[in-house]
Amino acid sequence: MAQAKKMSLKEKYTVMTGDLAWDMSYQSEKEVFPLSDFEGIKIEDWSKWEDPFRLTMDAYWKYQGEKERKLYAVIDAFAQNNAHLGVSDARYINSLKIFLTAVTPLEYGAHRGFAMAGRAFPGVGAQVASQMQSIDELRHAQTQLHTISQYNKYFDGLHDPFHMFDRAWYLSVPKSYFEDALSAGPFEFVTAISFSFEYVLTNLLFMPFMSGAAYNGDMATVNFGFSAQSDESRHMTLGLEVIKFILEQHPDNLPIVQRWIDKYFWRGYRLLGIVGMMMDYMHPKRVMSWKEGWEMYFEQNGKALFDDLARYGITMPKFWEHSVEEKEHITHQLWLTFYSVGNAAGFHTWIPEDAELDWLSEKYPNTFDKYYRPRFEYLREQEQAGKRFYAGMLPQLCQVCQIPMVYTDPEKPTERVYRHSIHGADKYHFCSDGCKSVFDHEPEKYVQAWMPPHQIFQGNCGGPTIPDVLKYYHFGEHDGGEFLHSRDASNWNLWKGLAKDDEAA
Amino acid sequence: MAVQAAYEDYTGQVADAVDKFHGNQVVYIGWDQHMMFPFAAAFPLPPDMPFAALVKDLLPSVYAVHPDFASIDWSRASWLLDGEPFAPDPGKSIGANGIGHKSLLRLVTPGLNGIGDIGF
Amino acid sequence: MNEKMVFLALQDNEDARPIRESIEADNPLAVITQYPGVYKIDAPGRLVVNRASVEARIGRAWNPQDIHLTLVSLSGNIDETDDYFALERK
Repeated sequence: MAQAKKMSLKEKYTVMTGDLAWDMSYQSEKEVFPLSDFEGIKIEDWSKWEDPFRLTMDAYWKYQGEKERKLYAVIDAFAQNNAHLGVSDARYINSLKIFLTAVTPLEYGAHRGFAMAGRAFPGVGAQVASQMQSIDELRHAQTQLHTISQYNKYFDGLHDPFHMFDRAWYLSVPKSYFEDALSAGPFEFVTAISFSFEYVLTNLLFMPFMSGAAYNGDMATVNFGFSAQSDESRHMTLGLEVIKFILEQHPDNLPIVQRWIDKYFWRGYRLLGIVGMMMDYMHPKRVMSWKEGWEMYFEQNGKALFDDLARYGITMPKFWEHSVEEKEHITHQLWLTFYSVGNAAGFHTWIPEDAELDWLSEKYPNTFDKYYRPRFEYLREQEQAGKRFYAGMLPQLCQVCQIPMVYTDPEKPTERVYRHSIHGADKYHFCSDGCKSVFDHEPEKYVQAWMPPHQIFQGNCGGPTIPDVLKYYHFGEHDGGEFLHSRDASNWNLWKGLAKDDEAA
Repeated sequence: MAVQAAYEDYTGQVADAVDKFHGNQVVYIGWDQHMMFPFAAAFPLPPDMPFAALVKDLLPSVYAVHPDFASIDWSRASWLLDGEPFAPDPGKSIGANGIGHKSLLRLVTPGLNGIGDIGF
Repeated sequence: MNEKMVFLALQDNEDARPIRESIEADNPLAVITQYPGVYKIDAPGRLVVNRASVEARIGRAWNPQDIHLTLVSLSGNIDETDDYFALERK
């Protein structure tokens, strides 16, 4: 028998994706794909979907398997060599606590979301790409858990991330962001996550965490980061492809897509403020400031992207200028907030050291010395006098982003921004025009929000006192509060031979 | 605007309707120019709580830690309720004063601008 | 330069080295910059990784899709066949 000729890449892709798709013969397309048009998106020809990477399942398994083998070998070596002792200092680990509780559950959410999108899309190219991304995202959740598990053996706050994610007051920020997209239709979901998050904003999530890990001696996280990066390239490419495909299919899609881009830019930007806070305050060795990162990855990179999309009629996201106006303020405001309510957090907080305050002065010449350095100096005096400040109050949250309403008017930085809307019998409050505009477009969605302080008042969070609530969150007694007084700090000093006689108890 | 949903008559259950707070209502209280308190604080308060008690008992429990608090000249302090100037009657309850569920009350203390006069 | 730029970013490791060297040899206008753990390769208009070039360097068969194992990031429209992996922007 003659040997079959090897298929070309293009032929293989066609045979193993498009040719495996079904033509419905005894059920209607509408019944098999009931979510395909309720959003108002019109797709005339699914076959125009071009998968930029013509990846078939056999190649996918081969490459992903290879990446896993390499990744777990490094995780094992990390554990065997006690390499957690190689990080810059124990304060750094608190950024991993935020990562594990706030980001890893989003990876899991993305796994679910892409599985749902893969089922909902009528086109086989989109189905296959979504399914692969769904498995990628599950892989990311798993590998992050494995990577950070070594730290969980030695540091507090890493022991129950998924439980905390569903309950803790600041974790409702990433949770509500992602569930906004998960509870939407498939087209909104991919615009929100594939495009707005994985393409427009991804550099501002991955770069700070992964470069920060490299600069701070966290070999485990660097290892994970590189292993995930090639998956992320596929995700980024999918995000761009999705948006171009939708816009090319029908002109009626433009205003719908623009509104989603506006919404998820703003929501994603608000979410990333916490990453900016981490860059500026939580990494003992700093890669770059939030301001520098935003300028590089959004103002320049993002602008180039939107210039490219202008041919479809897409414009820069609404309120983008506001993100630029705020860039010298938000990280300081957020860190001061977490510091002030640190006794209710699952990670430690602290006042920056003098060299760090100087770095902040240099990176934020227009704001830091005027508005924020004096605050830190006052708070440090209180701490040194044995009166470490805790505000002891539950916050007013923004109804949409669910961040405490701490943002100020860039023109008047000692005045908070307060916006509100009335819907039905009730008032709803917002941190910004951006969040208010999201609410005003779909109020019935956001009136349902599970807002932690209100849920506490309703008696749904374990009891009326802070200790009751922390127990409900599974925050242990060593998880939050001042870093200097923490078990992490005293352990670190012990392990590194840095034990100080005048350590605060 | 209505939510574009996959089924008709999409409505949202209001998670924070006042009847869920066991007889209390939610009130947010902020002190302008005092960002040591990073946000307006949220409280569950009974609607029949006298406004005078809010000033005399609640505010100090939250704000007395700030050096400016003891210096407040209450005859010059003013209030905003949901962004509008508000002249509370201390003899009446918060409900009778028109402070509704999820209202935002802001205390303004002219001349007191926080530590170092930078709104902290 | 009027042409739009494309870029490819590869890990700084032994698996990526022959790919990077092939790119350098086959793309005279490419600019290669080293960052911690990563090499970024920028080029105007088009950047190509040729299977034959990589195979000549590693002494065995190589599939252009193997680039997935060392890819960090990219920018540009993808053009792939059994013989090359390219990025393009017109």
